[in-house]
Order: sequence, then C-alpha cells, then structure tokens
Amino acid sequence: MSTATELQAGGNAPWWLSRARSGNHPIARLIAVRLALGVVTLFAVTIVIFLATQALPGNAAYAVLGHSATPQRLAALEAQLHLNRSLVSQYGSWIGGVLHGNFGTSLANGEKVSTLIGPRIVNSAALVIAAGVIGTLVAGILGLIAAARRDTWFDHITSVVLLTITALPEFVVAIALIILFSVVVLHLLPATSTIPPGSHPWNNIEALILPVATLAIVITPYIFRMVRGAMIEALESDYVEMAKLKGLKRWRVMLVHALPNSLPPIIQVVGLNLLYLAGGIVVVEYVFNYPGIGAALVDAVDNRDIPMIQFIVLILAAFYVLVNIVTDVIALMATPRRRVAR
Amino acid sequence: MSSRREWLVILKRAVRTPRGAIGLTVAGLVVLLAIVGPWLAPHNPTLTVTETFGTPGGGNGLLGGDVLGRDVFSRVLAGGRTLLGMAAAATVLGVGLGVMLGVTAAYLGKWRDGLIMRVVDVFLAFPQIVFALLLVSVAGSHAWLVILAVGISHAPQVARVVRAAALDVCERDFVKAVELYDTPSFRVMAGEVLPNILSVVMVELGLRFTYSILIIAGMAFLGFGVTPPAPNWGLMINENRIGLVVNPWAVIVPAGLIAVLTVGLNTFTDAVARASLGVDRPAEEAALITPVQLGLE
Repeated sequence: MSTATELQAGGNAPWWLSRARSGNHPIARLIAVRLALGVVTLFAVTIVIFLATQALPGNAAYAVLGHSATPQRLAALEAQLHLNRSLVSQYGSWIGGVLHGNFGTSLANGEKVSTLIGPRIVNSAALVIAAGVIGTLVAGILGLIAAARRDTWFDHITSVVLLTITALPEFVVAIALIILFSVVVLHLLPATSTIPPGSHPWNNIEALILPVATLAIVITPYIFRMVRGAMIEALESDYVEMAKLKGLKRWRVMLVHALPNSLPPIIQVVGLNLLYLAGGIVVVEYVFNYPGIGAALVDAVDNRDIPMIQFIVLILAAFYVLVNIVTDVIALMATPRRRVAR
Repeated sequence: MSSRREWLVILKRAVRTPRGAIGLTVAGLVVLLAIVGPWLAPHNPTLTVTETFGTPGGGNGLLGGDVLGRDVFSRVLAGGRTLLGMAAAATVLGVGLGVMLGVTAAYLGKWRDGLIMRVVDVFLAFPQIVFALLLVSVAGSHAWLVILAVGISHAPQVARVVRAAALDVCERDFVKAVELYDTPSFRVMAGEVLPNILSVVMVELGLRFTYSILIIAGMAFLGFGVTPPAPNWGLMINENRIGLVVNPWAVIVPAGLIAVLTVGLNTFTDAVARASLGVDRPAEEAALITPVQLGLE
C-alpha cells in the first residue's frame, strides 16, 4: 500500500518496526495518552449518569413505584437502590459494582441487567455496523463519482438531494420507508423487526433491512459531502495533475493517487457518523420495535428502571470514547507526515 | 473587522442566494403555520369529533380522524407551536451556554481552557437524545426538563466551534490594545471578542435550531416532554401510526411538516454558512466550523 512506501520515502522505519524499537513512537504514545484520557472521561461520565439518576430532585424510589407506593415498599426499594445512604456512599457502591462487572438487577423483572442487555448489545451492534458499512460505501461511491464529474448534473442532483436528506429526522425517514415498503404503497417488508430470542439478527435479514436502511440513509449525506470535498481538493493538487500528465488511467489517478490523501478527513467523518448512530439507534429501534439497547433504553426510561438506564447509557458513552480513540489513531496512521515524532 | 454589522450583511447575502431564499421561505411558512395555527383550528383538537381513523372528506374533516377520532386537521394546526417554542428555548439556552464557555475558554486560556474543554468532552460522550432521556428518566417527563437537557447537550458542540473562532480573534491587535487599558476580562470578552464571532454564532444558531427540532420532535415521538391529549406533531406520528392503512394522512402530514421545516432551516443555514465564508475567513478555517459547511467548493 502507498502508506507504507510513503513512510519509507520519508526516511523513517515503518511504524510497526519503530514502535518495537523505541517504545516511544508517536502512535504508541498517542494510543496510551488517548486511552488514559478515555478512562478519565468515562469516570466523569459515570458521575454524570449517577447524578442524573440518583441525585436529581425527585425521589427515585418514589418515581419507580408511583403514587401507589406504600411506605414499606418505598423503604425496601430505597434500601435496594441504596437511596437511604449518603450520595458518596451510593456512588461508591454503584461504581464498585460496575468495576467488578456487576451492573445491578433490573427493577422491572429482577433479572441481572447484564443478562438482559447482553443479546441486545449484539443486535444493536449488528445494526450499527451494517448501517455504518452500507452508508459509508454508498456515500463513498457517490462522493467519488460526484468529485470526478464535478459540476455535472449528477453532481448537482446528488448534492441537492443529499443536502435535503441531511436534515430529516430518523423517525420521519423510518415512517416514510414503512409507508413505502411495508404498509401503504408496497407490502414487501415487515413494519416491525421481531427477532426471536436466541436468534441472531443476521438470521433475520428481512427484519434488518428497514432499520439498517433508515440509519444508512441518515448518515450518508455527511460522509458524501466529506468524500466529495476532500476528493475535489486532492484532484486539484499538483501530484494529481502530474499523474494525469503521465497518462495514467483515470480510475488509477482517483483511487491510488487522490483517495489515500483524502482519507484522514473522511475517516474522521465516518467516525463522527458512527457516534451519531449511537443516538440514532434509540428512535429507530423504537420505531421498528427492534430488540436492541436503544429500544431497551426507551423502555427503561418509561419504567424508571434505574440500573438498566445507568448500564445502557454507560455502554453508549463507552462506545463514544472508544470510537473516538480508534478514529483518531486510524486517521493519524493515514497521515504519514503526522506519524513522525515532533 | 471593520463592520460590526457583519452578521447582517451575511444574512442579507444569504437571503439573496437561491438556496437561502428557498430555505427561508419554506421554513418560514411552516413556522408561520405553527404560530397562527392554533387560532385557525376548526375543531377543538382534543375532542372526539369523527370516527377513529376516519378517512378524509365528508364529515371527517380535511385530513380525517386520528386514533381517538379527533380532527387531524385541527391537531396539525395546533400541534406545532409548543414544539417550536421548546426548540427555540433549547437553542437559545444551548448556544448561549456554549458561547459563554467557548469564549471564556479561548480568552482566559491556560488551565481554565483545559478545564472547560475537558468538561465539554465529558458531555460530548452522551448522544444528545440519550442525554435528554437520562435527565427525564427520574426527574420526570417535563417540557422544561427536555428544554434544559437539549440545551445542555448543545453547549459542548457550540463551545468547541466558538472556542476555535474566538482563539483567532483573541490574538488580534485590537484585543491586545484594549487589554493595555486594564479592561476587565468580562468586558473584553463581551465587547471585543463576541462581536467579532457573531457570524459563527449565527450559523450555530441555525444549526442548533434544526437539531433542537429534530431531538425535541424525537422526544415527543417517544412520548417525552409532551402533555397528551395536547396535540404535538411528534406525538401525532407515533399515536397514529397504527392506523397507517386506514388514514395515513394522520401520520404523513405531521411528519411532512417536521421534515419540511428542518430541511428548510438546514438549507437556509447552509446558505448563511456559505455567505459567511466569503466575508471574513479563509475557507479551510471556516471548513472546521460545522459539518454543514463540509464539502464546499
């Protein structure tokens, strides 16, 4: 690949060699720093989650039980949630559990939160990955064509259509797809995505199509704009001009010369859109009744199932921190000149 | 930085572009409908006047009946005002908070900058709708809490953008000159820095207003921050989707209005962002401002 060759041309050993040799390679250092910062961020995130669910005005136990609460049941639930102790002690016992992999038991049915949510994480991950891959591919291909055929009708139409889609709420896209493909116009696909317990989403492709399509449609415009913009900038550069003058094939100039140099911003925007999906799954899973953690979060908020809410929000925040680190590292590795220690 | 009315110039320039004119007109019409709608509703939007999911026409009104046999047309007219009001409040709160944080971080610098931006990073880790759900989970599904949650969740993103723009202004000579007079920090920030980043703030306002509508309508769709039986476009989509086969209009019209509103606003904001590029900053710097501006020629 061109990344490795360009590195050597820059006079440095490939990063995987130099990391082994020095241990102080910029990428190794970056990963270490980012991981440490990520842990600190997550720690602060747990404080915010805790404050929002257990310290905000409004008694959590009362909120769970509602107006029918008897004093005995209130006291029992307060003890279960440790609400009868000091804030610091409450936080301590929650975070202590989290660090030991014990996320508490659901108030709705008394089962362990991690047991209930485990399979749903897989389902949501399938949704996010499928939508991320499809959205990125579609946006990438459209963006490359639009950049290559700049200012043609194809460019103008895709740009305007995608600008329009940018601002559509997920639930409007979802409802539109349901109207078009499952209820009013055509009757091709199920309007609700039931995945039987014990079954995996990839064995229920039909149930996946509409939710994945919704999320892919929502993220495509941003990635498209970035691919198009970055490619146009690269195509105007001297090295692309040179490659063209050498008589290289058009696709070779695009994919081998221009694209690698446009990758860092594209990687950043793909990362941003994966992060966006962490919020997007909430409404989309709810619309399609898809058994993932987004729909579970809405249910948990409806039932005021505090341990469940805490666990799901923590997972989503951890996903954010992780994707951010991975995006930064990949974008850095795709930028040879920034890989060198300064 | 000659003109302090720079933002007005940009706005005028944006309105004159086809993109800006179309976006503003379309969004303006929906806003107008939402504001005056409640006074025009032919029926009480909370009372049953037709059969359940009655089809449009005849005795069922222009858009038919909804899940409880209420007049969809009246509910559409009456269901936008709260949504828009909440979105506007959340936008002002979020942009205001974000501007304060961003300008303070940029101007005071050093450890205060570091502290503010680390706090901002923590809040960025929550997807906006997840943060809103978190806040209403125990404290209750109040409208003001949804406004507060959405406002707070805007602030980190606004703060980042504003900080980047303000850092540049803080280095300029006129700021340094004012500092020589021992002007209090607050007055330098409010009197010198802020006026020079107004075009950035303006684009943020447009962008965050669009996002506020998306999130608050999404929350209403999920049933949070609304007070049934009061009409609300987001809520209407959810409560009427079981009747899609019988009377799809009860879903299509509110969904369409939200879509037209957000698309119009976003198109207008895009035009403003493009106009602001030509006025005062190099393109590569402005490209950092918002995703809306990415991929410009």
